[in-house]
Amino acid sequence: MTESVHTGSIPDERPPANTVGPVAWLRNNLFNTWYNALLTILILYGLARAIPPLLDWLIVHANGFDTTPQECRTNGGACWAFVSEKLRFILFGTFPYDEQWRPLLTIVIFITLLLVSCDRRFWKWWLGLLWAAGFAAVAILMWGGVLGLTYVENTNWGGLPLTLILSVIGLAVAFPASILLALGRRSDMPAIKVMSVTYIELIRGVPLISLLFMASVMFPLFLPTGVSIDKLLRAQIAFIMFAAAYMAEAIRGGLQAIPKGQYEAADGLGLNYWQKMRKIILPQALAIAIPPLVNTFISFFKDTSLVIIIGLYDLLGTAKAALTDPAWRGFYREAYLFIGVIYWVFCFYMSKYSQKLERDLRRGHRR
Amino acid sequence: MASETRDTRRGAAQGGMSFSLSDPTFRAIFYQILVVGIVVAVGWYLIANTLDNLSRRSIATGFGFLEREASFGIGESLIDYSPRDTYGRAFLVGVLNTLKVSILGIVLATVLGTVIGIARLSSNWLIAKLASVYVEIIRNIPPLLQLFFWYAIVTESMPPVRQALNPIPGVFLSQRGLFVPVPAADPVWKFMGIALALAVIVVIFVRRWAKDRQARTGQPFPTGWTTLGLLIGFPLIAYIGGGMPTALDVPELAGFNFRGGAVVSPEFFAILIGLTVYTAAFIAEVVRSGILAVNWGQTEAARALGLPSTETLRLVVLPQALRVIVPPLTSQYLNLAKNSSLALAIGYPDLVSIANTTLNQTGQAIEGVAMIMGTYLTISLGISIFMNWYNKRIALVER
Repeated sequence: MTESVHTGSIPDERPPANTVGPVAWLRNNLFNTWYNALLTILILYGLARAIPPLLDWLIVHANGFDTTPQECRTNGGACWAFVSEKLRFILFGTFPYDEQWRPLLTIVIFITLLLVSCDRRFWKWWLGLLWAAGFAAVAILMWGGVLGLTYVENTNWGGLPLTLILSVIGLAVAFPASILLALGRRSDMPAIKVMSVTYIELIRGVPLISLLFMASVMFPLFLPTGVSIDKLLRAQIAFIMFAAAYMAEAIRGGLQAIPKGQYEAADGLGLNYWQKMRKIILPQALAIAIPPLVNTFISFFKDTSLVIIIGLYDLLGTAKAALTDPAWRGFYREAYLFIGVIYWVFCFYMSKYSQKLERDLRRGHRR
Repeated sequence: MASETRDTRRGAAQGGMSFSLSDPTFRAIFYQILVVGIVVAVGWYLIANTLDNLSRRSIATGFGFLEREASFGIGESLIDYSPRDTYGRAFLVGVLNTLKVSILGIVLATVLGTVIGIARLSSNWLIAKLASVYVEIIRNIPPLLQLFFWYAIVTESMPPVRQALNPIPGVFLSQRGLFVPVPAADPVWKFMGIALALAVIVVIFVRRWAKDRQARTGQPFPTGWTTLGLLIGFPLIAYIGGGMPTALDVPELAGFNFRGGAVVSPEFFAILIGLTVYTAAFIAEVVRSGILAVNWGQTEAARALGLPSTETLRLVVLPQALRVIVPPLTSQYLNLAKNSSLALAIGYPDLVSIANTTLNQTGQAIEGVAMIMGTYLTISLGISIFMNWYNKRIALVER
């Protein structure tokens, strides 16, 4: 009697072999139906055909950093010598060779500023000062002429610093303008509303190229005789006009998400319009609008590559210019792959950050 | 904002306003006049400068130049064009080229994007991962870079004309593009077009009748097969009735290029593939979020009602998903149409590229830019109107 009573727990049975472990995973995720099994096999076959030649070109038969173009052409693999030969030109454009630590430092400053701004612990009043200081440092580094630095014309700027300058400074200047535009669009005053809507819809309805064209051929006509603005500034103004319209729409989304009670409570406290906006509405609206604003910034960052059309040499422009060197013609795959990876890293991490931020902010709302 | 309307009304009710900034009505008018005044003043200053500059450079304003001879060639055109034609006609060629690449791009990107969007939701891990990798790579690389890449593939990696690849007899692939044979000119093709148009009209009526009948009697009608049959049958009858011409216009090597047949130029190939691949990544995300937005309970309820899985998708899930999908899809279509202006960078003769040539030759910068912007605004407006109409048609009908 007593022997047949179990004291303590019975050891667990092992689950059937086909419900746990890699076999079950394969069954559930790759071979769960006959057509999925067929598709899996087809895709595996396709990958098996495509990946080895790609790796072969990329790594196995690739030519190292010190081969000549002739060796590259006869060997056939990827020619990384092209990238190492043209690296400084692609990254810094025609900036004087001995001074290229300055654009390098500019890149470091921009990336640091972006990284610091990504952390919500640093969203304090002094962040604005930090950005102002960063811009001042960038201006001194790029132009020079003070502190013993030689002066460099901005026609010699190029590569990654130019891409960052156009996008980051464009964004920073367009941001306040876009807040005003968004407020204008939500305003009760008909004249102001009509003007804001017209501006936003006009800019959003035309391609960026036409704005850049306008900047390059029409801006000189707008100015009084004798005054001229250089190409970079014209492009920068076009970018600011473009970014302001798109960011205004992102901010308007945030403004619309604020419940009416907030407006009424602010009125009830006797705040005037600007106090109401600055202290009550905008802090909440901008927090909601940050993820779409980051997305706007990503597309804006990609769009800076369009300046190549009006003859500025940003990252894409310098890569394309590097390809015109007769000694190194035809290595477009290496060039585009290299700058493609740079663009991708920036955009991918910004989009991941935007998704994370969206989750964090939503969590705050639920609480 | 709500407060100010109320204030305004109160101000009006009290009768009249005082001319002080503490009076809301007066303040609103004052600010508006101030802002409008500043805008007008800045605008006036710019216009005055522009007129001054134009007279100094002796550039005549106006669209008179459109009547003058263009004297530049255009690589590809949907209508007859020669350098002897006017700037106006050259611009029309550009507009048609833009429309051609935009419409084809929208159709292809929608198909590819839908497939990839559904693939991201596939229960097959490999397919879902591949689709995610596609979306994450393509979305985060500038479209212009992708265009340059596609263009370089054709112009740098394809053999020169003399050693053109010839995979199928009559088809040639070289640096100058893809040359394919087309059926030789024959009146039958025109009749087939008319037959197809007729078939479309008949299909519309049949579908309406079938829907009516199903609503009245509950009897379903095989509309899908009927549609297919009509759309193929009508042109086929016209083809057989026209004597079934089989003559082909085959491209042949003549001098430095091919002659005859139809050609897909490298520029057109690059811009079409570039726009399709880039926009498809965004459309995939739109489609995916649209499908995810439909509650799983809807599918379960449909299955409980006894609807088979295709009907569940067609009658329950898709109509609800479309409501979520259409508005962001519209903005993707608009983006594609606007991005077609990147064609300028690789030399496809779209409207921006032709307007650019025109304004370089004539110096009519303002008119050129105005024409580009005006045309794009019209195209954007056209797409918006169509998609809003479609959106209204599928919108939720509430009691």
